[in-house]
Amino acid sequence: MAYSDKVIDHYTNPRNVGTLDKSSTKVGTGLVGAPECGDVMRLQIEVNEENVITDAKFKTFGCGSAIASSSLATEWLKGKTIDEAMSIDNMDIVEELALPPVKIHCSVLAEDAIKAAINDYRTKNGLEPIESEKSHH
Amino acid sequence: MNLPIYLDNNATTPMDPRVLEAMIPYFTQKFGNSASRNHAFGWAAEEAIDYGREQVAKLIGANEKEIIFTSGATEADNLAIKGVFEMYKDKGNHIITCVTEHKAVLDTCKHLEKQGASITYLPVKEDGLIDLEELEKAFTDKTILVTIMYGNNEIGVIQPIKEISAITHKHGALFFTDATQACGKIPVDVNADGIDLLAFSAHKMYGPKGVGALYVRRKNPRVKVTAQMDGGGHERGMRSGTLNVPGIVGFGKACELARLEMADEAVRLSALRDKLESSLKTLEESYVNGNVENRLPHVANISFKYVEGEGLMMAMKDMAVSSGSACTSASLEPSYVLKALGLSDDLAHSSIRFGLGRFTTEEEVDFAIEQTKKAVNHLRDLSPLWEMFKEGIDLSKVEWVEH
Repeated sequence: MAYSDKVIDHYTNPRNVGTLDKSSTKVGTGLVGAPECGDVMRLQIEVNEENVITDAKFKTFGCGSAIASSSLATEWLKGKTIDEAMSIDNMDIVEELALPPVKIHCSVLAEDAIKAAINDYRTKNGLEPIESEKSHH
Repeated sequence: MNLPIYLDNNATTPMDPRVLEAMIPYFTQKFGNSASRNHAFGWAAEEAIDYGREQVAKLIGANEKEIIFTSGATEADNLAIKGVFEMYKDKGNHIITCVTEHKAVLDTCKHLEKQGASITYLPVKEDGLIDLEELEKAFTDKTILVTIMYGNNEIGVIQPIKEISAITHKHGALFFTDATQACGKIPVDVNADGIDLLAFSAHKMYGPKGVGALYVRRKNPRVKVTAQMDGGGHERGMRSGTLNVPGIVGFGKACELARLEMADEAVRLSALRDKLESSLKTLEESYVNGNVENRLPHVANISFKYVEGEGLMMAMKDMAVSSGSACTSASLEPSYVLKALGLSDDLAHSSIRFGLGRFTTEEEVDFAIEQTKKAVNHLRDLSPLWEMFKEGIDLSKVEWVEH
C-alpha cells in the first residue's frame, strides 16, 4: 500500500510539533489512543478571549497516517473558533489525506483528540464539556 | 551502493545470478516433461531433475529418494501435517505444535481440528524457545506427530531440534520441522537431528519462488504421507503434478551453492548482524527480541520503545525491513510471535526485523545503522510517549482512552 503525497508531506515535514504549557488555563490538552493499540495522539490548543484558537501543537505515537492526521489537524485548528473546530469531521481528514479504509481510524483518533482538547479547555474554564453526537467506540 | 537497500531476507531473497544461469536452458531448449520416458526431451528433463534432487537432498543429509518436490514450504507443511494425520489416523489424532509456528503450520492444524484432530499448542519461554519439560508433558497415547519449526521467521531463534526429536521418538511419534528459515543458513542434517519430515523452500535461499520440498524419511522409520492432490502419481505417489523442471534445477543449484558457501557466509553475516545490533542497542530503550545464543546468523529483531513500527519503517528511508506492528492489517493486532514471548503490545508494535543476506554489504549495514538511528530519534521527537517517559511518568499507570 503506497502512501498519498499529502501523507508523506505531513509525515516528512510535520507541522506544529511540540508542547504547550498544559497547566495554563488558555491551553486545552487532548490525549487519546493507547500504546497497546499502536496509536497515541496528544493535541493541544491555545485559545484567546474571543474563543479563537491561536496556537496548536501535537505529538503522536503511531503510523505515518496517524502522524499526518494530527499534523493536518493542528494546521486546520489555528485561527478557527472553538465552534468551528468542533465541527471538523474525521471524513474531512480522510478526504484531504486520501487515507485508505484501513487508516480511517487514524482520522477518527484525530477528531477525538480535537474534541478532547476543546473539552479540556472548557472544563478548565468552568464550562460544561460538549458531548459528541458521534460515537466511535 | 544502490538504493533502496534490501534487509528483508526472511521474507524472500533475491535469486543468485548463478541460479538463474543454471535455470535458463530449461525454459526454451530443454523444456521437456520429466515424465516423458520415450524421447530425448523427457530424458534431458529427467536428468536435470535427478541432479537437482541430489543437490537438495545433500544439503540436508538426506537420500534423494526422500525428497518430494512441492510448490513451496506452505504446500510442504500442508502435505506433511495433513498427510501424516490421514495416514496414521488409526494410531491416534493428537498433534503437538507451538504458538510461534508459521501460519502455514498453525492454520493447517486449525483446519485439522475441525476434522477431529486434537492439537496442543505449546507456549514459548521469554526467549522464544519451547520448554522441553512442557513438551514431555504434552504427549498422550494418541500423539502421532510433533511439528516444531527449526528457526523462527520473525526472531530467528533456533529450537533445540535434537532434544525435541529425541523426546518425540521416545513417545513413538513422528517429528516434522518447518526448516524454511534454517536450510541453507545453518547446517541441517536430518539424520543427526532425528528429523522424520522436513519442509523448506527455494526462494528463502537465493533460489526461485514457486518451488520447495518435503523430506519424507524412508528408513528407521519408513514414513508415509497421504497425498493431498490426486493425479498422475508423481513423487512416489505423494505429490501429483508435472514437475517444475526449471524451478527444481534452480532449487538444486541454490542448495549446492548454500552447501558450499554456508560456513563462510554464516561467519560474515553474523559479524554484520552483530555490528548492526550492537550499534542500534546504543539507542536508549531498545531491546533485542528472542534468544541471542541460539539464533540464525542473519536476523535481528529489535524493539525501539515509544515509537511505532510502521511509522518507523516509513522514516527509514531507502531501506526495506519489516515490522511486528500490524498497523497495516485490518486486525490492528501486533505480531503473535512477539506477543508469545510475553512482549507487551506496545513493544511488539515498536519492533523492526532486519534480515541480512548474501548480497548485503558492510556499506549497506552502516547505512542502515545511520538511517535507523535518525528515524528513531526523529519519531521520538514526535512521540508523546517518549516525552512522558522522559518526564518520569509511568505509562502503565496512565488511563488511556482506548479507541
